[in-house]
Amino acid sequence: MGEEIKKIMHVVRTAPHGTIYPYEGLEMVLIMAAYEQEISMTFIGDGVYCLKKDQDTSKLAIKGFMKTLGVLEDYDVEKLFVDRISLEERGLTEEDLYVAVEVLESPAIGKLMAQQDVIIPH
Amino acid sequence: MLHCINLSPFCGESFTTCLRFAQDQDPILLIQDGVYAAQTGTKFASLVESALAKNPVFALESDLLARGITTTLEGVQVIDYDGFVGLAEKHQVNSWL
Repeated sequence: MGEEIKKIMHVVRTAPHGTIYPYEGLEMVLIMAAYEQEISMTFIGDGVYCLKKDQDTSKLAIKGFMKTLGVLEDYDVEKLFVDRISLEERGLTEEDLYVAVEVLESPAIGKLMAQQDVIIPH
Repeated sequence: MLHCINLSPFCGESFTTCLRFAQDQDPILLIQDGVYAAQTGTKFASLVESALAKNPVFALESDLLARGITTTLEGVQVIDYDGFVGLAEKHQVNSWL
């Protein structure tokens, strides 16, 4: 393996459960975390709904991913960013989320994006 | 006519477009990501509230639960799969995919 550590940002912009994108995205994050890269996740638009508390998918008979997102820290994925405007448009605040995140203004997220080697959309 | 919405109001125009075409008293059913329109406090809340003045609005319980939506706008009727089938039996279905 190459010795260079890359900065990789996963940008989640889709709501949970309606499509497979955030599920697959999270799988990809966990796989990539095994390669000791510098990984972050950013939640924008409907992507912020992935972090909403109290999701109960039992009646849809799908596993959901609240448990997986909750243990990202153990995989050294500690940087979770959330766009403040996206929360506000949806009537949500940081307290409505079930994981610790850093809520940022859009220009600050834009700056972070500019610092990445790779950006992967989900 | 039963109008079915399965996409988030933030993601495309299907919800807002549907409201323009729905006739008085046409039921509107929110399923899958469409249930985000039933949530309180979003930028679409006032639009849903004005729709409620002329159309009954329903949201599917299992999709609300899966998304952690525990409070819905006043007037939105939460239904289960049996209720969904009942509506589909009674009305011609128009799906705004």
